[in-house]
Amino acid sequence: MNGIEVRNLSKTYDGRTYALRNVNIMFPERGILSIIGRNGAGKTTLIRILATELMPTSGSASVGGIDVVAKPAAAREIMAIVPQEARTIPWMTARQQVFSYLLYRGFPYSEAKERAVKSLKQLGLQKYTNKLSRLLSGGTKRKVMVATVLASEARVIFLDEPTTGLDPISRRELWQLLNKLKKEYLIVLTTHYLEEAEYLADTIAIMESGRIVAMGSMDELRKRAGQQYSVRVMDERRPKLPKGVRVVRFDGGYQVLTDRERAFAISNALMHEKARFSTNPVSLEDLFYYFAKRSINEDTEEQGDDEW
Amino acid sequence: MVNRKRSVWSQILASVLVNAVYAMENYPIMFVNTLLSPLSILIVITFVSHGMLIGFGIEGALIMTAVMSGVSMQGDLSHLKNDMKLQDMVVTSPTGPLTYVAGMGVSEIVFSLPVLVLLVILASIYIQPTLMQALTILLVIIVMFCFSIALGFLLSTLTTDVMQSWGFSGIVSVLLSTIPPVYYPISYIPMPFQYIAYISPTTYAAQIAQAAMGYVSVSKLNLVVDWIVIVAVCIALLVLGYKKARWREP
Ligand SMILES: Nc1ncnc2c1ncn2[C@@H]1O[C@H](COP(=O)(O)OP(=O)(O)OP(=O)(O)O)[C@@H](O)[C@H]1O
Ligand SMILES: [Mg+2]
Repeated sequence: MNGIEVRNLSKTYDGRTYALRNVNIMFPERGILSIIGRNGAGKTTLIRILATELMPTSGSASVGGIDVVAKPAAAREIMAIVPQEARTIPWMTARQQVFSYLLYRGFPYSEAKERAVKSLKQLGLQKYTNKLSRLLSGGTKRKVMVATVLASEARVIFLDEPTTGLDPISRRELWQLLNKLKKEYLIVLTTHYLEEAEYLADTIAIMESGRIVAMGSMDELRKRAGQQYSVRVMDERRPKLPKGVRVVRFDGGYQVLTDRERAFAISNALMHEKARFSTNPVSLEDLFYYFAKRSINEDTEEQGDDEW
Repeated sequence: MVNRKRSVWSQILASVLVNAVYAMENYPIMFVNTLLSPLSILIVITFVSHGMLIGFGIEGALIMTAVMSGVSMQGDLSHLKNDMKLQDMVVTSPTGPLTYVAGMGVSEIVFSLPVLVLLVILASIYIQPTLMQALTILLVIIVMFCFSIALGFLLSTLTTDVMQSWGFSGIVSVLLSTIPPVYYPISYIPMPFQYIAYISPTTYAAQIAQAAMGYVSVSKLNLVVDWIVIVAVCIALLVLGYKKARWREP
């Protein structure tokens, strides 16, 4: 398999902190794998092990068909990373930043120079080319970091929270670029913006306390949760609901998560009651709550009624 | 993906640009710093000895410049690793640890070039070494440079914060430069304290250089021991750096 193959991967820091517990992943050669999860869930740990920066405690992992634990040097030839806390070097211009990274990747001088300028342009950064990075805004610096790895020839790219700090327009622009690139590259991306994962990812892995609690495409996740639709009722009074649906109370109303048939029936009934409501496909945010947070938010969760 | 040939020269150049050329372009003040510290001691030693120890001083400054390269590289690498995460990005790239250190080592030489040039000029005026003497001093400097670079790299990869690296710099500077008699003969140190000086490899390096110029008389056996010590320490640090430096974290 030439994509990502992770088997029973575990990581313990200092023999105490269990950062990864028995993680398994299969992902094809191209496309975007997005990892989401709460702070401390283990996303960065997983990415750093795949990027050969960190040794796992047990288990195996290969990227592009190369065992990252046993053959790190070969794996490093095909991959590049923007670490979560990477920063541009303050005393270098945007061009120097990208250029020097390409030299580290072993490009000849003139090719590195050309590629650097091209990559900055691709991310709409041409006007910052010769600007010192300490003079750039936070989001622009982040974009320069992304331009840095995208300028390289690596076909596996790890982006640990690449859009944190980007304005909404820049973020959309980066999404469009990544969407184009995913036809050729294998991109592993972590994010706290769930709509980003929903929009970009071919596969979403939801992590919680070092485990992958669910993984698949949006449709697969919806199916697994048995929740295709979300009916939001804007009324303080709880509507009567069929058994087996998931009800989440929110400020000013109730949200019902359920399958297609029941969503249809509930919508019908609400329509007759002239209630204010809306019915939508379940979003990643809803699924995230279901998979990652279901035990934490128990007090606002309820079940349907026995008779409906 | 076609297998491209990668240039190791590009990879070395990258470190030289990042850590020396671009840095000097933007922060010329760093120049002043690298010039000032070895020269200031040389000047003090020369004045205090009424010019008697100028030869010792120049040799000492040369050795100290080599040794301090590793100390300042340790700080630079720690900063690039912990604050910029540059090392993480380089780890996940075709550049290996040896190429990375080699490049960073060269960058420290580039940084020290002005002071080295100045010292060589002073040496040609005040100590006028023969070719053999010059080669001996050069060899001592190279060994001390390799030793300090290996030490600096090893320490920098163990840091998780620059604050730690300042701690390391302080300790290493005292051990390698304050205690040992690099700018003057060891006989100036009263007896029981000489043993403390012998803890530092710079003491042996300085003794070789001083003996080469005939400033101090040292027995053949003593000289052989001096060489064995500095080469052994250098090799030990290179091996230790190779084995124990944290490229991939455990
Ligand atoms: N170097 C380290 N030493 C010890 N524990 C660590 C280390 N790095 C991470 N951890 C711990 O491992 C767990 C997973 O951390 P990780 O950084 O992988 O989370 P994350 O999912 O990336 O979180 P975030 O969304 O905040 O970036 C956390 O409990 C964290 O405290
Ligand atoms: Mg993280």
